[in-house]
Amino acid sequence: MGILTVKDLTLKFNGKSILNRLNVDFWDGHVHAVIGPNGAGKSTLASTLVGLSGYRDFEGDIEFEGKSIRDLGVDERAKRGITLGWQEPARFEGLPILDFLRASAKNKSREHIEALLNKVGLDPVNYLYRAVDKTLSGGERKKVELASIVAMEPKVALLDEPDSGIDIESIYRIFDAVKVLKSLGTTVILITHSLAVLDQAEHAFLMCHGQVVDKGEVKKIRRYFEDKCIPCDHKNIPVQQIIGGQA
Amino acid sequence: MKTQPELISSLYDYTDTDPNLKDPETAHLVINGNTVIGMHAVTGLNIKVKELDDGVELLVTLDDGTIVKKPVHLCFGMLPETGIQRIIMNVNIGTNAQISLLAHCVFPNAVDVQHLMDATIHIADGARYSYFEKHVHSSKGGLKVYPKAVVHVGKNAHFKTEFELIKGRVGLIDIEYETSCDDGGVVDMMARISGRADDIIKIKEIGHLNGERSKGALTSKIAVRDNARAEVYNKLTASGAYARGHVDCKEILQDNGVATAIPIVEVHHPKAHITHEAAIGSVDNKQLETLMSRGLSEDDAVEMIINGLLAR
Repeated sequence: MGILTVKDLTLKFNGKSILNRLNVDFWDGHVHAVIGPNGAGKSTLASTLVGLSGYRDFEGDIEFEGKSIRDLGVDERAKRGITLGWQEPARFEGLPILDFLRASAKNKSREHIEALLNKVGLDPVNYLYRAVDKTLSGGERKKVELASIVAMEPKVALLDEPDSGIDIESIYRIFDAVKVLKSLGTTVILITHSLAVLDQAEHAFLMCHGQVVDKGEVKKIRRYFEDKCIPCDHKNIPVQQIIGGQA
Repeated sequence: MKTQPELISSLYDYTDTDPNLKDPETAHLVINGNTVIGMHAVTGLNIKVKELDDGVELLVTLDDGTIVKKPVHLCFGMLPETGIQRIIMNVNIGTNAQISLLAHCVFPNAVDVQHLMDATIHIADGARYSYFEKHVHSSKGGLKVYPKAVVHVGKNAHFKTEFELIKGRVGLIDIEYETSCDDGGVVDMMARISGRADDIIKIKEIGHLNGERSKGALTSKIAVRDNARAEVYNKLTASGAYARGHVDCKEILQDNGVATAIPIVEVHHPKAHITHEAAIGSVDNKQLETLMSRGLSEDDAVEMIINGLLAR
């Protein structure tokens, strides 16, 4: 039984279909990957699932735990347990990391917040009172954001390019955090075009031109992605042209 | 009738601060209306006070080379609902001396109160002067505040000032500071103010980087909600070689608030360099949706973003 089910989802920008009659079913408590080349519609799918402004006017439906959430805003979906980790996290001038993490945390104790920072590889002594602003590197902000998602203990966590801006040594901290989320019972959806991130999943969906074109075991999807998608010269060609057969 | 210690305690109760005024190493001056209700100086720091009909006149002198280790606490306040408090302040910081002042301006019950500050500050060569002014106002908006200062920063001297008005209603505030810097002098001015209802915020800060290698930063962070209005005029001029400066104004606007920013940079020397940035607008959508995707309501998310912007 899927916790999050997408039915015939079509989303257009300026008349062009970015998501095109997309169907997908994310199983409860699993770590899924949605992989595909740039421009496949992966981030658009994540933004639509979480309900960001600009991604609410679509055809089809999104069901969460069997009920439609198409009319719910981002905060209402979050209250039901759906959240998103941005590819490039926002900066907050003057907002201390402690307050940022407490805002989403179920357990707001300082000890718990410190433990979360340790989990993502940030020493609380140095980071607890730093602002989530431009003085943090992109990788540090990514870790802070991931800590805030773990703090929330969501039912569904969509992580958009979780390795973006992360150095090779820190990537394992990110993968550890994904494991923590799974241990909490969270359904994790990794949005990626990275094979290393794909390998963290238990199940994968392959996206191309706004559609899920294949799904199944990670090994199978990985092989297809490596052999067919990476060398594919359709990359970055406008969806309309491909769908319309003009490419 | 309250005793003086009770009055002092009443004023500080509103500031969320425990200044520990019993500490002999902590200098302080507490004024209620036009009356000195507490004063203590430390070696090298001289404070003379003259009570006026509607306020006080202060002469603060720090001897050459004196370093006051602990922050000096100043408290200017009025507990009554109406009245005028005028502070005339003359400050002379001696060569290579250092001092940091924490000033609380407390008007918790103001319905119709005017607070006027007129300061002349001279910071001698090599000295460091830091002044943090925190205002606590009533929620009624019946306050008019006019802080004016003319500051001279000597060679290699530092002047840092920070103005905070976040608690209570602004009413009307009209800040006017003008500073000039000699060679190697540094001026750093910051204002953080939150306006609501029909509050009016006016800031005019001018810095003249006259000296070679002098530096300046003028920073304003303002939030206006409801029908509040803000007008920020920041001007930085540089006439000294290698002078460096930056003007930064951020204003967050909600509801029917109106905000204006006028950053002016004026460079008179080809080897001087000044930059500026001004941003006025609503709360950033990505920030907002990040917090909302963690379960905060839109109102709570906006509040958190604004509090962050206005935080120290």
